[in-house]
Amino acid sequence: MTGTTPLGAIFDLNVPAHYLSWHFIQISVPNFVVIVLMIVVFVAALLIPFPKREREP
Amino acid sequence: MSAPAHRPAKAERTMWTTRVRERAVREMPPEKLLPDRQPSYVSSWIYVFGVVTIAAFAVVVASGVILGLKGPEWWHLTGLGHFVNSMHLWAVEIFFFAMVVHLWGKFFMGAWRGGRSRTWVTGAITFLVAIGAAFTGYVSQQNFDSQWIAFEAKDGLNAVGIGSFFNVANFGQMYTWHVILLPTVVVLLIVGHVLLVRRTGVVPPYAARLAKAPPAATATAAGAATGAEDA
Amino acid sequence: MPDPVKPPAFPDERAPWPGPFVRYDLVKELVVALGVVLAVVVALTVLFSSPDEPPVTIQSWSKAAPADFLGVAVSELNRTSGVATYGPPYNEGTGSVQKIGPISLQEAAGVKVPIETAKDYVLEPLHEVPGAPRLRAALAAYEQAPAALQEKWAANYEKALPEARFVAGVPVLPPGRYGPVAPMMASLLAMGQSGALDGALLAGGHHFYATDYTKPLLFVSAGEYFEKLAEHQHLLGTQWGMMNETGSYPGQVWLWLFSFWYQVEPFKSSSNADALIFMVMGVLSLAFICIPFIPGLNRLPRRLGVYRLIWRDHYREVES
Ligand code: HEM
Repeated sequence: MTGTTPLGAIFDLNVPAHYLSWHFIQISVPNFVVIVLMIVVFVAALLIPFPKREREP
Repeated sequence: MSAPAHRPAKAERTMWTTRVRERAVREMPPEKLLPDRQPSYVSSWIYVFGVVTIAAFAVVVASGVILGLKGPEWWHLTGLGHFVNSMHLWAVEIFFFAMVVHLWGKFFMGAWRGGRSRTWVTGAITFLVAIGAAFTGYVSQQNFDSQWIAFEAKDGLNAVGIGSFFNVANFGQMYTWHVILLPTVVVLLIVGHVLLVRRTGVVPPYAARLAKAPPAATATAAGAATGAEDA
Repeated sequence: MPDPVKPPAFPDERAPWPGPFVRYDLVKELVVALGVVLAVVVALTVLFSSPDEPPVTIQSWSKAAPADFLGVAVSELNRTSGVATYGPPYNEGTGSVQKIGPISLQEAAGVKVPIETAKDYVLEPLHEVPGAPRLRAALAAYEQAPAALQEKWAANYEKALPEARFVAGVPVLPPGRYGPVAPMMASLLAMGQSGALDGALLAGGHHFYATDYTKPLLFVSAGEYFEKLAEHQHLLGTQWGMMNETGSYPGQVWLWLFSFWYQVEPFKSSSNADALIFMVMGVLSLAFICIPFIPGLNRLPRRLGVYRLIWRDHYREVES
């Protein structure tokens, strides 16, 4: 029903996802990417130095 | 005869309006409500994720309002409609993304210490309510995804009796939850959450690892170490 | 007097901060955050758009899988379908009633969305077909027959269905005693394929507007066709489907824990899995809310020490 999408999708994700399986655990690659990115952003937020600002008494 | 401007007369002090105003100003003076400075320890990128969550929520609401006003035909069948629909979805993804990073940060800071437990509690409830808001959005899309999610979720909800009152296959009902009720609850929770933070100030760091506490600070340090970590 | 130029090493968590302050522009932070989020959202939209698989209609289903459609329809007529035997909130059946120990919240909540499958899915829609004297006669014959005979006809039909052929769209079954059920089902299939049944189930033929899709959704979702589409998209409960989205998009990742329980025992093989998992998640959600009050858990972050990294500037200053 997407009809015309002149404004969208350089990469078409409307294709079946790949899945990672490990024992009973199954996760789609896109979901896995989101979780990994969350961890990366969290770690980066802790490690990247925050700019020093002026002290106020 | 006039009372001094800064001090209400006796009659005024018994007025409910006056009392509400005075209390509000006392608890939340403007420089506390919107401070232009923070304690020196506020020096990490992790602090920005609460604000990023608010920003993402604003984009969710703005794109959602446009979708609601234009309607399902528009969001399914026109290019611009589908574009705004996509923005709504990605804003939701960023909202949850930022909220989870924020939540992790607050957990590792033990940010509920020193009478701040209500901040954690309102945050955690916001997270759960937001999941409900997203869920009702998924079933309001009017596509295959909605059909399937409604079909699967009904069994879970029916099994605990919720399905008798919360019918996932009833579009009108789900849409009402999604566009009015749950967003309103999320907004109220966010406002309460942020006001609580402003009232208590951001949580100070855990005690430092120094061999010996200076005498003046021993009492509080002992407190922090022995269990005043709950509310 | 605390020294205002050096932060305290052992701050009192309840008292106002006695140490130094730094400038912090909250309003600017919010405005910049809005700009960044908006830019990222537009970028993701331009790059990836979003999923939008068309819904399955009764029309598309009955055209693509007429035998599957007829199988569901005749079981609705015979009241042997999943919905017909479900139980609350749809009816008094017991087929899908779940319990937590001896308690069934499902039964306690009661029948609030009543569905009478034979009437709602077959008889009433067929009565709406205009003209059609042969269908009229078949309906009359069916409705006047004793219940046992009605059941026999429908059961015979159901049994013979796998051998059905479709001649110009019309189902042809091997000879058998189907009574009026055969012409009724043929009419219902025609109605489905024309799209009329979608409208009839939605509006019940009495209204102009509609917002409640319970009846058509429960009908469509009873078909194997619907489930196959979902399986292909990895959406089944046994596939961690709750977390997944159609296509290659991220889904409701935050439901990972909910989804997890369905993959492990004792829930995996329990007929009360939904009720039990709801209960488990309720308890865990409450625990999550109450972390500040749970002994041990509320001090865990101190043990983990990640806070040393977050406040490293502060510790460097006070510990030097
Ligand atoms: C809609 C979701 C949320 C929004 C918009 C939000 C927003 C904020 C903001 C703006 C702050 C102050 C600055 C900062 O440290 O970021 C804050 C602080 C805080 N948030 Fe959230 N939050 C949300 C969800 C949560 C959740 C899910 C939790 C945890 C369960 C949580 C726990 C906290 C705590 C404990 C603080 C106090 C921080 C301190 O004292 O240092 N929040 N939140």
